[in-house]
Amino acid sequence: MTRTQASPVRSWTASTSVLSLRNVDVHRGEAHVLRDVSFEMPPNAVTALLGRNGAGKTTTLLAVVGLLAATGRMSMAGTDLKPLKVDERVRQGIGYVPEDREVFADLTVAENLRLAMRGPESQARLQQVHKLFPILHERAQQRAGTLSGGQQQMIAIARALLNDNKILLIDEPSKGLAPAVVTEVVQAIEQVKATTTILLVEQNLAVAARLADHALVLDQGRLVYSGPMEDFARDTEATSRWLGVDIRPKAVGGRGNE
Amino acid sequence: MKRTAARNVPLAIAVALFAAVPFLSNVSVPLVFDGPLGSLGTMQIIAVGLIFAALAMTFDLLFGYTGLLSFGHTLWFALGLYLPAVLMVGAGAPFGTALLLALAACLLLSLIIGAVALRTSGIAFAMVTMAFAEAFLIFVERNPTKMFGGDEGITVAGSLLPQAVRGVAGIGTVYWIALVLAVTIYLLLRQSVGSRAGHVLQGLKENPLRVELLGLHTYRFRLLSFVLSSMLAVLCGFVYLLVARVAYPGIAGTDFALLIMVMVVFGGTGRLWGAALGGFLYGVANIRLGSMSTAAFGEGLPQWISGPLQEPPLYIGLAVVLMMLFAPEGLAGLIEKASSRLRARLAGSRRGRNSGAAPSGSGGTPGGDGTETALAASGQR
Amino acid sequence: MAMNDVISLLISGLGLAGIYFLLASGLSLIYGLMRVLNLAHGAIFAVGGFVGWAALEYLPVEPDWLRFTAALVLATLAGAMLGILIEKGLLARLYGRPYAQMLLTLGLAFAMTAFLGGWLGHDPLTLKQPAWFDEVTVIAGSRVVNSRLVIVGIALILFLATVVFLRRSKHGLIIRAGVNNRSMVMALGINVSKSFTLLFVIGSGLAGLGGVLAGVFFGSVTPELGTQQLIFAFIVIIVGGLGSLEGTALAALVVAVLQQFVNYYGPPGAGDLVTVLLLAVMLLVRPRGLLGKVAA
Repeated sequence: MTRTQASPVRSWTASTSVLSLRNVDVHRGEAHVLRDVSFEMPPNAVTALLGRNGAGKTTTLLAVVGLLAATGRMSMAGTDLKPLKVDERVRQGIGYVPEDREVFADLTVAENLRLAMRGPESQARLQQVHKLFPILHERAQQRAGTLSGGQQQMIAIARALLNDNKILLIDEPSKGLAPAVVTEVVQAIEQVKATTTILLVEQNLAVAARLADHALVLDQGRLVYSGPMEDFARDTEATSRWLGVDIRPKAVGGRGNE
Repeated sequence: MKRTAARNVPLAIAVALFAAVPFLSNVSVPLVFDGPLGSLGTMQIIAVGLIFAALAMTFDLLFGYTGLLSFGHTLWFALGLYLPAVLMVGAGAPFGTALLLALAACLLLSLIIGAVALRTSGIAFAMVTMAFAEAFLIFVERNPTKMFGGDEGITVAGSLLPQAVRGVAGIGTVYWIALVLAVTIYLLLRQSVGSRAGHVLQGLKENPLRVELLGLHTYRFRLLSFVLSSMLAVLCGFVYLLVARVAYPGIAGTDFALLIMVMVVFGGTGRLWGAALGGFLYGVANIRLGSMSTAAFGEGLPQWISGPLQEPPLYIGLAVVLMMLFAPEGLAGLIEKASSRLRARLAGSRRGRNSGAAPSGSGGTPGGDGTETALAASGQR
Repeated sequence: MAMNDVISLLISGLGLAGIYFLLASGLSLIYGLMRVLNLAHGAIFAVGGFVGWAALEYLPVEPDWLRFTAALVLATLAGAMLGILIEKGLLARLYGRPYAQMLLTLGLAFAMTAFLGGWLGHDPLTLKQPAWFDEVTVIAGSRVVNSRLVIVGIALILFLATVVFLRRSKHGLIIRAGVNNRSMVMALGINVSKSFTLLFVIGSGLAGLGGVLAGVFFGSVTPELGTQQLIFAFIVIIVGGLGSLEGTALAALVVAVLQQFVNYYGPPGAGDLVTVLLLAVMLLVRPRGLLGKVAA
């Protein structure tokens, strides 16, 4: 069974959808990197955004945050995002965990976190974040640039957890991390996923399969699959066709494949 | 082929007009020029305009081709005046030898300075080039070697120049030299810069100080562009020395370096002919406005109004501010917009439709998307 | 090299370093945060110098140290006001187009310098400094003009104040982070432009104040004061590393002290030329600058 055609987008209605993209196009310089992408994201679930390198995954997140100009319609929990600037969009309730962490290397860990705290509830959330990542508490006064990649990834995720966000956009949390650290990061995301809506870009299919409920697959800027993650992960022909990978040889620490 | 031909029509017209000037001794352009076009005084002014047009284009070579913004481009122009002047007046070298030695020295110097300055890019490059140009001005003004004339500059007596460019008859020759200089530089640069103009325009709206072109070019290529644009500016300096017959500190240093940029911006960044237009207009206006008495401006008003009104840089500065706010693509942009509108209207009426302005390109519309592209530019690393 | 000269030159160098720092730090941070190269920064510096001159000349305040304090405050306010006008009134309209913004400030620099020159002339105007400034204090056996000490003291206080602002305040945090990675600051839901306006105003105020100190240091002010000093500010910024406050301070010290010594012992203009040489050497050895953060 293959899904060569883009299956019709699952019909979560706009009212229940946390994030909704309609006919979104993005150009980067002369390249047309996102073509007519539409999807809806259901609440309290993890949606994985998959595809080869350069398929447009990161671009999609940047367009939602507003760091890239896009045409088409974009709304979050009923709010039109298009007229809003980056910071205004984020204050509507987006937690963004960028590719390559993007922590502020010259600032201390505490300052990195303080910068992300937006509201009065953030202080209480800081306690929870410290429980989730105790190392960030221990190293609070250390310059973030001196931390390991995994610890920087924890800062990046922590920043998104410090506010009462409607959605988290997480870009390749496992990239460049040692397997043991990947497990730690994955476990952290698992802890918060029950109560949060997450759009997850992930190269590592095993990680995606373990975390995500739904899958969106991009190929050359077009959405080619939208449906349950389980179905997609099991469909070896589809995974090798759209991702060029086979799930089986890879395993995430501690747990095999379903 | 057809396109090339079409591209050459405005150039041919311009060249024909300038070539006709010396023969138009009965035609006068009131207000703009005192004497008739063919008069020596007017020809001299137009020659200066042509030289500045050429100079502005050499600036555009570096900026347009490599995305490098120099705040010190005038260093090369100034060296083109100073070195031959010093060699002739101070060292007694004959004209030809002086030019050759100056060329060799500038080649070496531009290689050295380019090699150092190109260790940086973007805004740091601008600052570094500015520092080098200012260093030359300090050197000239403090005049530790007693050879560079200090504040007075170095006057080159007519007798030191070749017969052909001496005296009254020489003005005609210099005029032709200036015209050949401007046209040659235009043709040379059009070939190389023309195709890049679009990219620069793109950069103008996004973030030109870090134009991504930089990444495309190797260090050696950028150095070559730097040396080429510098050497062409040196040539402009040579020709200017023939007209001005004095090397003076006013053309060295930061203020004039920034003025070159103003010329280019005023004419229109990213279009070679825009830079030429800006340079030409500045060259002509500078002389004409300088000779016109501004002393009467603002008479009867309090000193804090009338005083500034007599300062030409005030007008230049305000014009740049207004240009950036309302027409950031310069005169060339305005002209192109007007001509495309005109063409659209002609096409519309030919079809018997009363259409309005054609849907113009995205050029220069100060819309909300400008913000977003800029963010995008800073977002991608 | 007499010891007396060394100490007095060192203190002169420190004073000049303070002036460079006041001019360069704002310029560097403003560029670091928003990629706006404010070429009118030097003109604001010159306006500050003239406001200081006018206050010392005409303000009916006694004693003279109080008049001098008033001159500093007025020049700072004038600089800050100009900063607000330029940022809110003009630059904000070209938001996201740093090239157009830079050219606009270039136009402003021309216009403001011409305005000062047309109104008050291009000849140096001598500042009426408090009498005590011209007296000398003996430090470690060498005679140092008091005005130098005043400049060093004020610059030091302002340097520390700037560091505290950047380290301790919320806006300071945003500015430091923004110089590092502005898109990410925005992606944390922070309105960077508010902090930028504040930075622009503070930077312009410091430049205005720096103009008065420069007037004291050189004894007089001219409309071209800003453009001249802007060059050295650029050198300081590159040597120190774009966007780094500490680097700017360090480079200001190195450049100014070197310049003072060479100007004193060398031929005329040599000190100024040596700073350019220092810049060239720096670029060859370490193009990022002493403590550079922004990859320019």
